Amino acid sequence: MIKARITVTLKNGVLDPQGKAIEHALSGMGFDGVGQVRQGKVFDVELVESDKAKAEADLKAMCDKLLANTVIENYSVAIT
Amino acid sequence: MKSAVVLLPGLNRDRDMIAALTKISGTPPVTVWQTDTEIPDVDLIAIPGGFSFGDYLRCGAIAARMPVMRAVAEKAAKGVMVIGVCNGFQILVEAGLLPGALMRNTSLKFVCRQVKLQIANANTMFTRRYQPGQIIRSPVAHHDGNYFADAETLRRLEGEGQVVFRYAEGTNPNGSINDIAGIINGQGNVLGLMPHPENLIEAAHGGSDGRALFESALGIAA
Repeated sequence: MIKARITVTLKNGVLDPQGKAIEHALSGMGFDGVGQVRQGKVFDVELVESDKAKAEADLKAMCDKLLANTVIENYSVAIT
Repeated sequence: MKSAVVLLPGLNRDRDMIAALTKISGTPPVTVWQTDTEIPDVDLIAIPGGFSFGDYLRCGAIAARMPVMRAVAEKAAKGVMVIGVCNGFQILVEAGLLPGALMRNTSLKFVCRQVKLQIANANTMFTRRYQPGQIIRSPVAHHDGNYFADAETLRRLEGEGQVVFRYAEGTNPNGSINDIAGIINGQGNVLGLMPHPENLIEAAHGGSDGRALFESALGIAA
């Protein structure tokens, strides 16, 4: 079995109101020196597949077709 | 003119859409379920608002991958009119039938109120009963209506008259780029908008500003 972690983040230049709100909250809590905060998503996926190359190709297809909206988001796949 | 309404788990404006289409066209629309792979011969397919699949992952993302949406895409390619309202707009964008994306409102708040809309293009199948530049009222109710598209897509939308509805000055409820409230595809038969015209079609609603949209699409004299 292969385990993978997919990270989805907003592309540069895409406004992230949630990240901004978190950024302001952190400053308000007294965490000085917080720069920009961007919020993203993490998916931990288990695959029955044992072939790493095939798994990676499948995971990328999953990102392109569902897990990420590539209009606004980037993704990275890490097999753990 | 015959119409169909797409039903998905979690939608909650389907009855409003069915009521509006029935009242305006005189004939109840047929309904199609998420697992249906074929849609009967109709002139207009409507995807109502709500929270399909609980807005999990991204608004409209899971609904857009259901079998019925492949059937909608096939019909759209053949020129059948498709309208997506609110969650329906989010589904059309996620399905790739309209460009761009709908993101969280900049206020981070769910907005439920009436806004003013400007008819940015009155030369479409959906807006021909309005005057160019006309200001109409419409309810909005959404958490993720903040329209975004990359610069090139935006240039194309603006250049080709694909921006159909714009929030009138000072009423943009969600931070949408260029005050965009609704867009149409290049072929001119797929419309998506965040406001709810189906909720303003008769006196009991407090106005009928949304009625002309359905009269335009259904080819009914005002």
